[in-house]
Amino acid sequence: MAVREHLRTLKYATWLGWQIESNWTKPWLFVAYSIAKPISATLILVLMYLVIFSSSLTRPDIYAFMFSGNAFYMYVAQVLFGIVMVIHEDREHYQTLKQIYIAPISFYVYILGRAVPKIVITTIAILITLAFGVLVLGLEIDLAAVNWGLLALAMIVGLICICMIGIALAGVSFLTAKHGMGINEGIAGMFYLFCGVVFPITVLPQWGQAVGLGIPITYWLEIVRRAVLSGSGVENIGGLQSYSEAEIFLFLLVSCAIFFVISLAIFRYADRLARKKGKLDMTTSY
Amino acid sequence: MVFAIEAESLTRTFGGKKGKEPLVALDNVELQVEEGELFGLLGPNGAGKTTLIKILSTLLLPNSGTVKVLGHDVVKDSQSIRRRINMVSGGESSGYGILTVKENLWMFTQFYGIPSEVAKRRIDEMLASFGLMDKKNSTLRTISTGQRQKMNVVRGFVTDPDLIFLDEPTLGLDVNASFIIRDYIRRWVKERQGKTVLLTTHYMLEADELCDRVAIIDRGRILACDTPANLKKGVSRNSTFSIVTTPFKDVGGAGQLPGVKGIEAKEQPDRLEINFVLEDESVIADIISYITARQGKVLSLAKSQPTLEDVFIQLVGRGLG
Ligand SMILES: Nc1ncnc2c1ncn2[C@@H]1O[C@H](COP(=O)(O)OP(=O)(O)OP(=O)(O)O)[C@@H](O)[C@H]1O
Ligand SMILES: [Mg+2]
Repeated sequence: MAVREHLRTLKYATWLGWQIESNWTKPWLFVAYSIAKPISATLILVLMYLVIFSSSLTRPDIYAFMFSGNAFYMYVAQVLFGIVMVIHEDREHYQTLKQIYIAPISFYVYILGRAVPKIVITTIAILITLAFGVLVLGLEIDLAAVNWGLLALAMIVGLICICMIGIALAGVSFLTAKHGMGINEGIAGMFYLFCGVVFPITVLPQWGQAVGLGIPITYWLEIVRRAVLSGSGVENIGGLQSYSEAEIFLFLLVSCAIFFVISLAIFRYADRLARKKGKLDMTTSY
Repeated sequence: MVFAIEAESLTRTFGGKKGKEPLVALDNVELQVEEGELFGLLGPNGAGKTTLIKILSTLLLPNSGTVKVLGHDVVKDSQSIRRRINMVSGGESSGYGILTVKENLWMFTQFYGIPSEVAKRRIDEMLASFGLMDKKNSTLRTISTGQRQKMNVVRGFVTDPDLIFLDEPTLGLDVNASFIIRDYIRRWVKERQGKTVLLTTHYMLEADELCDRVAIIDRGRILACDTPANLKKGVSRNSTFSIVTTPFKDVGGAGQLPGVKGIEAKEQPDRLEINFVLEDESVIADIISYITARQGKVLSLAKSQPTLEDVFIQLVGRGLG
């Protein structure tokens, strides 16, 4: 399909996603649900760590590592699993999945488009979380030192990658009856554990580190931290201190490329299997 | 001859794991629908109509057989098919409730790459034809189920497909809405060159009045396929009877009498209406004595014009249900 057609699909899927995300009869409900909820979830985690490891307050770099990890993990929690929810909503709630599916569009691109509004909303939530951290919770970010170029590059690659993982999971959820939340929560927990979100991967056993180093999110978080917290010494914590930013970015690209191929393969396979088993208009809600 | 739909020994089963017998939803179906035809699939619940439509519209894969839609293989070349088809299923209120009628339709025209001017004009024209103009800017969650269903029929036609699948498009709609939809379908095929409609229904009148050709399907098999007139000709004029009686025991037994090809009984509170398809008139005497022997009273007896229902009764020995 021509690039123009994909862009058109992306545009209208984004538009649809935005209508759905932002359509709350009362705007404050939208703010409460889409922004306040993920922020408070993140802050609860931060506060828990503060209570348990109150000593880390004396190490601003460790504190910043943990805080930023939790903040940026919101993308995984909100976008990745938001994408999986798209399939369920379309299939069970709106019952439009089959109409979209037989339309002459790339379903993969359609789901990407539906993810865009989720990315925008989550970005706002993360910005608010970071601002709250700086203003109230003693997080230190030197705006003048932020490496904006690196941050922008890492965000583009990282978000594409998160969407790809989401789409692979979405493909799997073609096949699952109920929300398949078991798989999702398992994967979320795995990323939380192995990708250096709140503690450096060096505390993991050897095999655990190997797992972490195979997942692009690990590299993405590391680059994002180095870009945002530039000058805080955060690069010495994550366990990747022997690599330069350029090297880590390369690892990110390579692991993303591998994940992309895997994601596409899983999606294609799941798609075919769904057509074979007749799962595309299945509803389980009653 | 170019066929819009061509299925050869198409079989589709469901389940059948763990030693269980699979359910055969479509059993060696052979079907050819020509371009420009308004073609009907008539069959009772569970006959396999929806399954066939799902396979033809690239939602479901066949287990075996070859299926071509508009010359493309449904398994290998579904994208080429998708550009030129659309599908509407009646009796379900699908759509994004937060979007307005216009927005819903607009979005789908854009997924199909319809130029915006054309799309706008077409949406307005169609909403007017379907009496939905005053709901154009209402969100879907605020309109009635029937209006949603009409909106979905519009969604099917608005992308101007070459072949449209309509799965019981008038299911659950009121007389007026059904009329509007049937009328639109008929004109759509007539006024355009080479547009094809495949519709399923279990209303025999709908199939009779609307379709150029009808395939009668039951338990996954196509039992007959012809014009409604030819199908009815197959049932002799002198052999369809409609009998009204008081209730009596073992109505089904009457279907086993020699010379009875099939019966269909409709129970009313105080009486029974039974349609018989017989080999010839003489059998009627046996039927009357069967009824009276079981304390049934014949209230009326009339020869009836054969309908597609009688065709079905003759083919399978029971009614469309
Ligand atoms: N996804 C599925 N899984 C298992 N069995 C199925 C599935 N879809 C259909 N069937 C079975 O296949 C048979 C044919 O179903 P189908 O929906 O095609 O019938 P239909 O002719 O459309 O009936 P109706 O008039 O009730 O809509 C039925 O026995 C049904 O139970
Ligand atoms: Mg059906």
